[in-house]
Amino acid sequence: MSDKNFDVIVIGGGPGGYVAAIRAAQLGMKTAVVEANHLGGICLNWGCIPTKALLRSAEVFHLMNHAGEYGLSCEKPSFDLKKIVERSRGVSKQLSGGIGHLLKKNKVTVFDGFGRLKGKGQVEVEMIKDKFKDVLTGKHIIVATGARARVLPGLEPDGKLVWTYKEALVPDVMPKSLLVVGSGAIGIEFASFFRTLGADVTVVELMDRIMPVEDAEISDLARKSFEKQGMKIMTGAKVTKLEKGKDNVVCHVDVGGKVEKITVDRVISAVGIVANTENIGIENTKVKVDRGHIVTGPFSETDEKGVYAIGDVAGAPWLAHKASHEGIICIEKIAGLKDVHPLKKSEIPGCTYAHPQVASVGLTEAKAKEAGYELKVGRFPFIGNGKAIALGEPEGLVKTIFDAKTGALLGAHMIGAEVTEMIQGFTLGMTLETTEAELMHTVFPHPTLSEMMHESVLSAYGKAIHF
Amino acid sequence: MPVDILMPALSPTMTEGTLAKWLKSEGDVVKAGDVIAEIETDKATMEVEAVDEGKLGKILISAGTSGVAVNTPIAVLLEDGEDASAIKVGSAANANPPAASANAAPAPAVSAVAPSSVAPVAKGDRVFASPLARRVAEQKGIDLKSVQGSGPHGRIVKSDVENAKAGAPAPKAAAASAAPTSSGPNAKQLADMLGMEYTELPNNNIKKVTARRLTEAKQVIPHFYLSVDCVLDNLLAARADINKAADGAYKLSVNDFIIKANAMALKAYPSANTSWTDDAVIQYKHADISVAVATPNGLITPIIKKAEIKTLREISDEMKDLAKRAKDGKLKPEEFQGGSFSISNLGMFGVKNFQAIVNPPQSCIMAVGAGEERVVVEKGQMVVRTVMTVTLSTDHRSVDGAVGAEFLQYFKRFIENPVMMLA
Repeated sequence: MSDKNFDVIVIGGGPGGYVAAIRAAQLGMKTAVVEANHLGGICLNWGCIPTKALLRSAEVFHLMNHAGEYGLSCEKPSFDLKKIVERSRGVSKQLSGGIGHLLKKNKVTVFDGFGRLKGKGQVEVEMIKDKFKDVLTGKHIIVATGARARVLPGLEPDGKLVWTYKEALVPDVMPKSLLVVGSGAIGIEFASFFRTLGADVTVVELMDRIMPVEDAEISDLARKSFEKQGMKIMTGAKVTKLEKGKDNVVCHVDVGGKVEKITVDRVISAVGIVANTENIGIENTKVKVDRGHIVTGPFSETDEKGVYAIGDVAGAPWLAHKASHEGIICIEKIAGLKDVHPLKKSEIPGCTYAHPQVASVGLTEAKAKEAGYELKVGRFPFIGNGKAIALGEPEGLVKTIFDAKTGALLGAHMIGAEVTEMIQGFTLGMTLETTEAELMHTVFPHPTLSEMMHESVLSAYGKAIHF
Repeated sequence: MPVDILMPALSPTMTEGTLAKWLKSEGDVVKAGDVIAEIETDKATMEVEAVDEGKLGKILISAGTSGVAVNTPIAVLLEDGEDASAIKVGSAANANPPAASANAAPAPAVSAVAPSSVAPVAKGDRVFASPLARRVAEQKGIDLKSVQGSGPHGRIVKSDVENAKAGAPAPKAAAASAAPTSSGPNAKQLADMLGMEYTELPNNNIKKVTARRLTEAKQVIPHFYLSVDCVLDNLLAARADINKAADGAYKLSVNDFIIKANAMALKAYPSANTSWTDDAVIQYKHADISVAVATPNGLITPIIKKAEIKTLREISDEMKDLAKRAKDGKLKPEEFQGGSFSISNLGMFGVKNFQAIVNPPQSCIMAVGAGEERVVVEKGQMVVRTVMTVTLSTDHRSVDGAVGAEFLQYFKRFIENPVMMLA
């Protein structure tokens, strides 16, 4: 009986769940994770990680095609899609196994089953292997069931002609043409991957610009860059109908009332995600669901005592690092640690790993103005940076937004090579509540792309040196 | 027989000191009461007086030696008829040189230790706050020391400062900041226990900061007080003339003259225009006079900056404006932070004299009593004069007795003969 009683039971072994479980175990709590598919969740198996592997292949292919610019030669570069996909799957497999080891090392019990809330501190586990149903008891239960692709009526994925991220990750054939619905991070990354490998790619976005959560200036630069690569971008546009043929799809795209018919081999639907709140026993508890996600308090607590929800199932932003962080805060609060503070959602960075990369944290210029701040805005273009030129990556921008009154860094927005690796610098600054002064006093190493971050801050105060 | 002169204890807490300076040389004849040396302690420089008379036979501890323990022989006094050779005979004196060197030897070690034993105290004063919290606090005039931090390890973050400004400090914060200023049993608990009736008047930030700073000042700063009477008849006559000529355009107060006279005195005698720091005494170039103003929110000290170069009229106009805005709570931080010298005037309440608490980091505050008619004796005759008593409180670390007294002489000269302020 004792092996079914836990201090903490986590339903879902994704980046929210497994991190919460490890932290709980570290703090001496007897912990279990219930996972129905793979440890690491979507992020590791069908999201963040395998797409990065694909995009790396695309990046190398891109460089091979541009070898001449670096004084190298590479005769007719080609690729083997099957091997690209194999590599991507291998990366996921390796990491998923690693998480199993981490959990084991921390003495977290893993149940390979589907978890459901039963109320009264109980979780029912339906084992994957034999469908055997067991009941666990936990003082604290953390729901970390994640989310899945949103399905729009008329755009239902069929796994063959109309893909979600899942099929797009393991394509059996290289589509000659592709229509991507939605220009968020997922849509843009696939668009970039397939375009780099040579597909004719059309991106359809409902809003008036691509990557609508990013700063308008960055959206604009991204669009120009993608169009320069030969991508077709339709904004303020809506897919109204898909006519499926044998091995192609005729897409009806409505742009301002005018319908354009576009025939493509495949369609990728990337129109957002919905939380996995169904079939997890919410009805057995007081847990509330509002607008698709579980309603939580500042420390992820739900309306049912002892039940918490973290990550995608608890709402936007739908990011792995948000889920992990919420998990840690939730557990540390449960453990009664000092100095535990709610997650500041305004300081969560977001990254898109297309070519070019986009990374941002904090308020966009428009949002900051809307919030009533008087702004100081700094800009520094890649063309002014020595390392960028040496890399052969002269396109991009680092934009910083400050509160003119206090010098608080309100937002940072970047597009260009390796910006996803640089955004943490600004995020760290925000978390430490630096002002422009400390950023200006910081010595950035030369020659690096990060010098542009420094220059952007200087530029906001009219002190940029190299532009 | 030779007499040892021992390192004196200049205060009950003194265990050692630095022999700063010898004012007499070997062979000098000294009388009882003569100042023979200067000793520096961690708090002040003090004078060593000779207790007996005789001849300074030998100096055992040379000037500049630090870490000299109390009761260590520092010199040998020879009685009438004895000469230096007697020292070698004297057994006590014989032991002296090794004792002195034994004392001198550990001195560097002791002085090396001293700063580090001071450092933790200084560290305790460090306020951990994010850069943004510091800037917002500065802009809003909030003293970070009164703010409870909610960040990691109690670090003050922006939201703490914003909440502090909202005037709704967490109960915890209020308790924490009240703690250092209240001593003994908690009055509220006691009153509750004894069933005494009362109302609670919540402390605002100004009151808390004032309470904390005054407590600190009175505990840390070695205060001493110097009073002097000033005859105001010339000043009152000058004031009447000027105000008559102004014909309502402006009206100078006695306090305006006091501000100006202090500023002129500080300019003439800058030794009193100082702040104490461990490494150096900071001597200010200008007389920035803080004037204590009682407001409904508590005590605040707006500053007449560079008062030594301002005319009485300028001072008067500025003071009226500052006092009004102080009462309305509309002063900007830079208008009440800083200052090099303070004045607190309770004359208007008929207070004859009082001792104010030094306003750190300044060294001096002048407490001004009422100008009143008193009988004074001039050239053997009793005459009636308008007289005001002022009392200077000073930080003995930076302004010692003679300096304070001399400053008051300058002040008295200016206030009794205001026309001198034109010179």
